[in-house]
Amino acid sequence: MSKNSSSKTQHDVAYWRRNLRLVGVSLAVWFIASFGLGILLVEPLNTIHIGGFPLGFWFAQQGAILVFVVLVFVYARRMDRIEQDDEEL
Amino acid sequence: MEWGIQEWTYAIVGATFALYIGIAIWARVGTTAGFYVAGQGVPALANGMATGADWMSAASFISMAGLISFMGYDGSIYLMGWTGGYVLLALLLAPYLRKYGKFTVPEFVGDRYYSQAARVVAVVCAIFISFTYVAGQMRGVGVVFSRSLEFEIYTGVYIGVCMVFLYATLGGMRGITYTQVAQYCVLIVAYLIPAVAISQKMTGQPIPQLGFGSMVVEGPNAGVFLLEAIDGIHRDLGLPEYTGAFVAGKKSMTDIFAITMALMVGTAGLPHVLIRFYTVKTARMARWSVMWALIFIALLYTTAPAVAAFARVNLIQTLHERPYDQAPEWFTNWETTGLIRFEDKNGDGLIQYSEDPETRELYIDRDIMVLANPEIAELPAWVVALVAAGGLAAALSTAAGLLLVISSSISHDLLKSILIPDMTDRRELLAARISAGGAVLVAGYFGIHPPDYVAAVVAFAFGLAAASFFPVLVLGVFSKRVTKEGAIAGMVTGITFTAAYISYFKIFKYGGPEQWWFGISPEGIGTLGMLMNFAVMLAVSRVTPPPPPEVQAMVEEIRLPSRV
Repeated sequence: MSKNSSSKTQHDVAYWRRNLRLVGVSLAVWFIASFGLGILLVEPLNTIHIGGFPLGFWFAQQGAILVFVVLVFVYARRMDRIEQDDEEL
Repeated sequence: MEWGIQEWTYAIVGATFALYIGIAIWARVGTTAGFYVAGQGVPALANGMATGADWMSAASFISMAGLISFMGYDGSIYLMGWTGGYVLLALLLAPYLRKYGKFTVPEFVGDRYYSQAARVVAVVCAIFISFTYVAGQMRGVGVVFSRSLEFEIYTGVYIGVCMVFLYATLGGMRGITYTQVAQYCVLIVAYLIPAVAISQKMTGQPIPQLGFGSMVVEGPNAGVFLLEAIDGIHRDLGLPEYTGAFVAGKKSMTDIFAITMALMVGTAGLPHVLIRFYTVKTARMARWSVMWALIFIALLYTTAPAVAAFARVNLIQTLHERPYDQAPEWFTNWETTGLIRFEDKNGDGLIQYSEDPETRELYIDRDIMVLANPEIAELPAWVVALVAAGGLAAALSTAAGLLLVISSSISHDLLKSILIPDMTDRRELLAARISAGGAVLVAGYFGIHPPDYVAAVVAFAFGLAAASFFPVLVLGVFSKRVTKEGAIAGMVTGITFTAAYISYFKIFKYGGPEQWWFGISPEGIGTLGMLMNFAVMLAVSRVTPPPPPEVQAMVEEIRLPSRV
């Protein structure tokens, strides 16, 4: 621990804000991919077929899970970068 | 002499068990930090695998594909529900709990809410959730043994108890982690081999995730897309379409939404999952290990719906309207286990598939969809044996993770911090081993004498995790203003409401679906319990004095990267 942890500096605030923004956007993607495309919009999407898959059904049983994986990967990468910026300050 | 299924099963199950014991001896520990959190030195990738095995239980491995096969679109609740929780873990919990850096989930609750009472409520929840969950795992071990080697169920449970006892008491979290890594490898290979073979056989496409959307290459439906073929078969039989959502005979949109949410949030609030992210080196590693865990879990969870669809076609196409005396060999093999049963109600000698109790001739246990897969795909005997070893790996790894939560809740949260604070590390370690051992025995007892509300158990574990831990943990990190009064009131409200609702409908059976609030089934009620917890916690926190400055400083510290 290289710095005094209880003193709240400006760049601590900036770091936390960036994190919150990223979390907010990621949660929106999480919600849209699963609850949005896989549940709320499943009926209209099922009229569209990609290969042998009705699209809504595909999101509910495959697509949402794939989006989750990519989402967590992107989040971890972005946070690495934010932490790196933070250390360089 | 050629080896049959039995010989292969003895060989493969014996070899994997020897491996687990070997790892346990190699990974034995001598400190409480090693016992509770594996010395916080587990690499992200290994922790991801261990989390995968920890998470995927006997039910995921053996039952889930079969459940989806009967539920069609409705089965998506499990697929999205049991993976989406990892997004919440990565974004909202895992890195912060790791940064906090102590040993247990109740410990965080106690520190953040500066209250032993909050910690005790959390301990009770953790123990209750883990016990309801672990009974099913020990039962799972017994069931796999009884089916593959024709042991009595209780013999299988005894063997499971001995295995878990050995490596959980010896190696604690360290032993459990590295056996879970091995168990993940066994279970995923055992799941994928038959899935790939069946996909290749039915659609000419070896990747199940793609085969599921390809055309059938053999039988009466050749040239038709697999899912269309299933929908067609369902229409002919007068069943709701497999891919159809919210149609008559299926769950409503509200209910699907609520159940999926309860399972996701419950996943993120299960102590045995949360505690896995205490074992890595840094908060950054916690994020990466959630990603690895999700990849390893997704591998099985995207395969399961494909297996479900293949099994659906196989089952109906190969059995419906077929003379009983020409039934395929796997059918007669599995009839002896009682998992599949034929009763010729109309006396025409043909098997008719129906879901109407009047004309139903075929009784099928959903577990058969995974267990009989290798035989349906005409795979060699060693694959059948490998599937048995995979089911055991899934059950044992989950049981061990749960038992560790029970053990650390007792020895660390109750004994060390409340009852005997001046206990030495050596004594605490001994207490942890004894409570792990005791918990294994209790779990074994419940495995042999399963409580008769088994159907309610899963709803309970997830509902309670969603309604108790999740809001308290998330707000604990993301709000500095929530207070101990708020947290206790919120947890008590969430738990009481959720437990009362589930008991009313599932244990006492006072009412049916027409009395459900907003059409939400007991499986999904945790969502409402969670919202109540959030609301009560925020409201009470507003009117109670803010947390002391040192607690607010702790929250600020948790939010920042380690900066080493």
